Amino acid sequence: MSEATLYEKSVPGRIGIDLPALDVPEAELPEDLVRADNGLPELSQIQIARHYLKLSQRNYGVDSGFYPLGSCTMKYNPKVNEMIARLPGFAELHPLLPAASVQGSLAVMFNLQECIKEIAGFSAVSLQPSAGAHGELTGLLMMRAYLADHGEHARTQVLIPDSAHGTNPASTSMAGLTVTEIPTDGRGNIDLEALKAACGPDVVGLMLTNPNTLGLFEEQIDQVIELIHGCGGLVYGDGANMNALCGIVRPGDLGFDLMHFNLHKTFGTPHGGGGPGAGPIGASEQLAPYLPGPIASMQQGEVADKAAYRLQMPERSIGRVSTFVGNFGMFVRAYAYILNHGATGLRSNAEHAVLNANYLRTSLKNAFPVPFDRTCMHEFICRGKVGKSPVRAVDISKRLMDHGFHPPTNYFPLIVREALMIEPTETEGKQTLDAFIAAMLQIAQEAENDPDVVLSAPHTVPVRRLDEVKAARKAIFCDPFPDAEFLSRPS
Amino acid sequence: MVYVPHTDAERKDMLAAIGCRSVKDLFADVPKHRQFPDLNLPGPLSELEIERELRHVAQRNTSVEASSCFLGAGAYNHYIPATVDDVLGRAEFYTSYTPYQPELSQGFLQAMFEYQSMICRLTGMDVSNASHYDGATSLAEAVLLALNATPQSRSEVLVSPGLNPQFDDVLRTYLRGTEAYVVAEETLGLKTGDLISHLGDKTAAVVVQSPNFFGQLEELDGLANLVHVAGALLIIVSDPIALGLFKPPGDYNADIVVAEGQPLGIPLSFGGPHLGIFATRQALVRRMVGRLVGETEDVDGQRGYVLTLATREQHIRRARATSNICTNAALTALAAAVYLATVGKRGLRRIAELCYHNSHYAASRIEEIAGLKINPKSPHSVFFREFVVDLGMPAEGVIQRLNDDFGIIGGYDLGQAYPDLANHLLVAVTEMNTRQSIDRLADALREATR
Repeated sequence: MSEATLYEKSVPGRIGIDLPALDVPEAELPEDLVRADNGLPELSQIQIARHYLKLSQRNYGVDSGFYPLGSCTMKYNPKVNEMIARLPGFAELHPLLPAASVQGSLAVMFNLQECIKEIAGFSAVSLQPSAGAHGELTGLLMMRAYLADHGEHARTQVLIPDSAHGTNPASTSMAGLTVTEIPTDGRGNIDLEALKAACGPDVVGLMLTNPNTLGLFEEQIDQVIELIHGCGGLVYGDGANMNALCGIVRPGDLGFDLMHFNLHKTFGTPHGGGGPGAGPIGASEQLAPYLPGPIASMQQGEVADKAAYRLQMPERSIGRVSTFVGNFGMFVRAYAYILNHGATGLRSNAEHAVLNANYLRTSLKNAFPVPFDRTCMHEFICRGKVGKSPVRAVDISKRLMDHGFHPPTNYFPLIVREALMIEPTETEGKQTLDAFIAAMLQIAQEAENDPDVVLSAPHTVPVRRLDEVKAARKAIFCDPFPDAEFLSRPS
Repeated sequence: MVYVPHTDAERKDMLAAIGCRSVKDLFADVPKHRQFPDLNLPGPLSELEIERELRHVAQRNTSVEASSCFLGAGAYNHYIPATVDDVLGRAEFYTSYTPYQPELSQGFLQAMFEYQSMICRLTGMDVSNASHYDGATSLAEAVLLALNATPQSRSEVLVSPGLNPQFDDVLRTYLRGTEAYVVAEETLGLKTGDLISHLGDKTAAVVVQSPNFFGQLEELDGLANLVHVAGALLIIVSDPIALGLFKPPGDYNADIVVAEGQPLGIPLSFGGPHLGIFATRQALVRRMVGRLVGETEDVDGQRGYVLTLATREQHIRRARATSNICTNAALTALAAAVYLATVGKRGLRRIAELCYHNSHYAASRIEEIAGLKINPKSPHSVFFREFVVDLGMPAEGVIQRLNDDFGIIGGYDLGQAYPDLANHLLVAVTEMNTRQSIDRLADALREATR
């Protein structure tokens, strides 16, 4: 059964909350500017409580069960971090208060910047960007500004591996630059010969995810970075997979010039159904002056322990990319997460994420072909193809729902046919992984012996397979307007 | 560290299954001379130590009784109904991700569909996306859309002088990736009407904020027609609380409406996460940025919801996508949806009326103070929730005194964004401010400006 919408449940005259009476004199309203009806639904509070409770029961999160959505790092979100971010001292704080009134929040920002600098080996960090893709655009604009300052106006090409996230080429276009795609070699690395051929005086730089989206650490990372720097380009790191590297290696030490960090992946802030995230960006010494701002800075006070914090624009900043300081609520959660783990805990996270992924890879590879079968990092790709069965990756994914699991990422990266991208994360224990392995092996058998049960899955969730083509054709993006009188727009 | 559940025995079994002696061996591809750096980080701390530490840090922020806050300037102190955080605390929602697998995400998808429905009605537009990062980035993306939807020769973006200065900053940052440029207050007069004389065959978009940064409603009648005749698109930056009471941008034939959604049940949270509202006309839907939820059916004919028109998006279209956006602000959009459902048709109007009347009462009380002027440059324009006070002395010092001597957050020092307005205070009054607190503000201002 589908759930009725708010508009279908609406009854004229209802309201979900009591509001205070007006206790000041009424001012005259400009009647010609006032609307007759704002078009919102009318519901009682119990209707609202039940509506959203029912909707929540029709949704699956990490707390519902195993969520191995590759590239998204669906790890456990610690409860205490949620509680801390809601402390009135943080949650009720206005962003435009004078610095003296917000020293606690500026301290959180400063300390988080320092932690990320240390973890990744950069000179400076800006917390401005609100998501990974936002960080990418920011980084590309910084690269453009840096090269322009050095008279390098002819550089327009951004080299991007064919395994990259779609955000990389999309961000490149938004930054007014052009993409040159670089193929992947037989071992799942960026193809060094092709990279060499693409390096030239028109290159802005390389955008590289490492470990890449195949879940593999670039085996020739030193040569790759040398090549780019050798032709006068810069290396941008897509930090989507930084969760595999904390305490293992620092991208700054490897020679990356810039990199964004997904706090909602690496540092355990919740994904919120698709955001809000946060995408802070780190930079080497030469690029640090171009960071977006403002960023938090510290001046040692006269009294020990009484440092003074303030917000500051970097010297050659590209400007703001968020209205205020960025997604501060996520900074609090990420800082709490880092405090909880410390250096040993972050390294342990990376180690266990990699251990779990290799355990799944080894356990599944006989049933589902693994195209680049070498030690992986925090995730791996297998093909959702079993013998001559008509079952495809999408069918396996839908069948996993019947076993109570969220499916892996489907059909990404684009260079692997029928890709299933599996990322278990470090917060899943062996029991859960074993149950997932058992489900996958059962589905592999079904694919050969009883393919219809897989092809027609899911069978046990509130709705069955949904028609995405129909959605695009019908183009219904909101509840129908039965009472269009509130719209007085000229047609 | 408690979040990694492995026991020693399990680790051993798993390593054996992989055929590996130690976890270290799994990192053989990492350059040896760079492996396992010693990181100088705080922690590890236990849960109770973290809470103790961060409670202490939070106390270093000024805490003011909500009724004594008169600071707005783009982020507003509105009441958040208890229903909002109750829903946001449901882990089925907040621990999920973008609904790539619709069968397991019907709850969030329906909530987003309903969010889109309510935003369409509020703004008077045909289609709303499922959220953007914040108001400023919504505006920047709207301008990029306009640049893409108009001929390449059009590279001017006319921006009304009443645009939030931080939105203007973000827009200019985004335009670094294009050939386009902003024409703003340096060359224009102080009225939106003056924009019209600058319309021409170079204009791609006209951006008008109403209520503007100073709280005033702009004259929008007939504007769209002039913009359209010139071949450009009209982008209105709106406010969702004002839309509870005042005619929506759709009534004025706007092409794109953006707004900061924070007033809709989202905590101030020192500036984020907030919510970018983005709505447009049906004709522009295939150029729209961001996620969009559409209604469909399952194989049994049951109604359901999916992400749709994905061919606009980066994961399909890559370099030719309408935007790079992936992660958006779904959870704060959910907060806005619960907020709008809770206050409903009459409640949002009531909250808007309380803001309107409270702010007018505050203006009338402050106007009684000798030497202080309300909205000095446009005394007759309609204002909502926010107004300008010419103090005749630097606002910075007055704000400091209100804070130190009276425990009142008095407003925003306009000198921070406009050097020639250093004597001007921007005061925001919402349903959170009682008559008593407004009277206290007026009395305190009399003292502080003496």
